[in-house]
Amino acid sequence: MSPHDLDAILLTLKLAAVTTAILLLLGSPLAWWLANTRCRIKPALEAVVALPLVLPPTVIGFYLLLAFAPSSALGQFWLATTGDSLAFSFSALVIGSVLYSLPFVVQPLQASFEQLPKSLLEAAATMGASLKDQFFSIIMPLSKRSFITAASLGFAHTVGEFGVVLMIGGNIPGETQVLSIALYDKVENLQYTEAHWLAGGLVVFSLLLLATIYRFNRPAAIGSIKGVSH
Amino acid sequence: MSLLVSLELQRKAFHISVQTALDSNGVTAIYGHSGAGKTTFLRWLAGLEKNTVGNLVFNNEVWQDENTFLPTQQRQIAYVFQDARLFPHLSVLGNLQYAYQRRFNDNGPLLEHVCEWLDMSHLLENNVTTLSGGEQQRVAIARALLSSPRLILMDEPLESLDQQSKEHILQHLEKLHQQLSAPILYVSHNLEEVNRLADHLLVLQQGKVIAQGSMLELSSRTDLSLSHEDNAASIIVATVDRHDEHYQLSELVVDDDLRVFLTAIDHDINTAVRLRIPARDVSITLEQPKNSSILNILPCVIDEIEIQKSGATHARVLVRLHFANQYLLARLTRKSVDRLKLHSGQKVFAQIKTVALLNEHRY
Repeated sequence: MSPHDLDAILLTLKLAAVTTAILLLLGSPLAWWLANTRCRIKPALEAVVALPLVLPPTVIGFYLLLAFAPSSALGQFWLATTGDSLAFSFSALVIGSVLYSLPFVVQPLQASFEQLPKSLLEAAATMGASLKDQFFSIIMPLSKRSFITAASLGFAHTVGEFGVVLMIGGNIPGETQVLSIALYDKVENLQYTEAHWLAGGLVVFSLLLLATIYRFNRPAAIGSIKGVSH
Repeated sequence: MSLLVSLELQRKAFHISVQTALDSNGVTAIYGHSGAGKTTFLRWLAGLEKNTVGNLVFNNEVWQDENTFLPTQQRQIAYVFQDARLFPHLSVLGNLQYAYQRRFNDNGPLLEHVCEWLDMSHLLENNVTTLSGGEQQRVAIARALLSSPRLILMDEPLESLDQQSKEHILQHLEKLHQQLSAPILYVSHNLEEVNRLADHLLVLQQGKVIAQGSMLELSSRTDLSLSHEDNAASIIVATVDRHDEHYQLSELVVDDDLRVFLTAIDHDINTAVRLRIPARDVSITLEQPKNSSILNILPCVIDEIEIQKSGATHARVLVRLHFANQYLLARLTRKSVDRLKLHSGQKVFAQIKTVALLNEHRY
């Protein structure tokens, strides 16, 4: 394995980790709001969140490419505040990945929050627990499995990303060249042995991750919650 | 405690309109039939009902008015729900500690004491999902006490339990009454629970307060639904004075000079107890009977003879008597009332055939 391949693997893991962290921070409140709101724009927002599931990644990548261009408003703003160009940067990859993996984090959390008995939160409130306290002491522990699912899916999906990265990331080794792009390069250059290593490695990694998720995700958790608070 | 209440609340099925002041310590029961708005009223007091218009002031602290809405978590109350609402991810001890770690002040009881009062030390390590209904409700009550609340709200905590668990918890609640300083508002549609636990009573009917006052007085009011049910009974308070080993009787004192006999009870001398006297077991004589087999004969004054409503005439009428500051109900035939020419203000003697112990109670 070449140093470039190792760079690509590390970059991919870093991108997935940063994306997952941001998605959990942004996705939890968004999922909570979607699970509890009766607001009229809820279906519209749900559709936007689910959009990356149906759109070809190249479509998202195309629009992001336009948005990140140095001539665009966002590109200008980024250049002015950070001094760097947004296009073909690691930050651009993170933004793209967050959007692309959003449904994989928000949807499991939203489903879990919808199932969570609100009666328990009322009980916690009568014992003096603030909303923040309720989130960490009741909501998080009772939705633990969904958080694990959401984080794993978000992570795995970011690792497996290709189309969006291809459009907005370019192919700068050590900067924006992630695993899937590196693999594409190998195949283009007919380096099949190296391609096998990367492809096989991804298959094994993804299998292990998914198996771990399914192992954690026994439906028992939800059942026991329902049992107590009809 | 002082609780000033003014509430107008419109829900799909009903309207609640309550203006009142609750200013008593001890247990105040909120009594009424299902659908009277009791639970909604209690939830509103806790701040759990949103979109309401009202004023609520607790001990000079505004909980709700036009500009204020103090969230539930800042009201420093405890709430025992009909369903126990224990946290399924925590053990029994974990549930108790959840409340204890967030307690509102340090004046409340310790964890060990509460476990002892409610007889649950052996349950602490259990998973809450393995508890029986009665045990779950005991944990919920313990959890409420451990918050050191300023006010305890209980919403039919015994409703979903079987008779045996109900009785068990009722006995615990009767004892707790003596150990707690926080006032309790207790929602119930069960007259027996109310008679045993309450010091004061607020009667709700179709979202409105129809009576309010001391439980002993209200339970003998002839114009309330409380005494009109077939098993109408009055409640009196008496103090154990003497146990008669020979006849297996206990002698109780009612208001200093009147005595009541009861088949032997095992309460200590000087314990105050509540006695239940069914109206159908009380008869009236104009003179003191000298050769009666009935032991309990009390001199009374007729307070009120139930006036027939809606023009219908019945064979029996309910008569309210009072002695000292307590009340008795007697169910008599209308014929006897006419024959003896009974009228209010008249001095008579009440012959009481059966007296049953209701519970132990401190005064």
